[in-house]
Amino acid sequence: MRINLASVLVDDQQKALRFYTEVLGFVKKTDVPLGEHSWLTVVSPDDPDGVELVLEPDEHPAVKPFKAALVADGIPFTSFAVDDVQKEYDRLTGLGVTFTQQPTEMGPVTTAVLDDTCGNLIQIAAMGAQEG
Amino acid sequence: MGDVSGNIYKALADPTRRAILDELQERNGQTLFELCTRLITRHGLSSSRQAVSQHLDVLETAGLVRTRREGRYKFHDLDTSPLRAITDRWRL
Repeated sequence: MRINLASVLVDDQQKALRFYTEVLGFVKKTDVPLGEHSWLTVVSPDDPDGVELVLEPDEHPAVKPFKAALVADGIPFTSFAVDDVQKEYDRLTGLGVTFTQQPTEMGPVTTAVLDDTCGNLIQIAAMGAQEG
Repeated sequence: MGDVSGNIYKALADPTRRAILDELQERNGQTLFELCTRLITRHGLSSSRQAVSQHLDVLETAGLVRTRREGRYKFHDLDTSPLRAITDRWRL
């Protein structure tokens, strides 16, 4: 058994596809109509056969309150690895992305937390010191 | 209204709460998540998110922290002005 998927619950699949590809830099892998929604996945261009990120609809009634509670407390839903957190922070803020946490050294890693415009906070992280 | 100034001394008595104030002084306006992560990684404190939230409530009662809602986010800000009561009372 292998771990091949990660998931993010999004309020609008098309908006999420635009943000995760045009802003974050992932590429679309699969887009299969499945009733009201799609089976929609993106991958990293650095690892096109690697783990796919599923952009799932957040329609279940339990999900929106859950997402809102995490966001209020600044808790990211998941974390992506980058080479340099400060560089990504500078690039993404230049593209209009909102961060709830600037690049901060947290022990052996540097992290930052951004808003994915689809109801989630997402962390970016790298080993080592990269604070501005 | 009770002894309002008593709240400051109670607030400052706890080492985790002092660490929270240290971190907010370094960077003001933090989410609960950022504060908790800093306490764990920089101070080796093992407080749960719930416990940190309770510490923030004590600090807020003392007027040393303010919670600010900005859209969907909640940020915690430091307000050191209540500390003036200390140097007003025992002058430097």
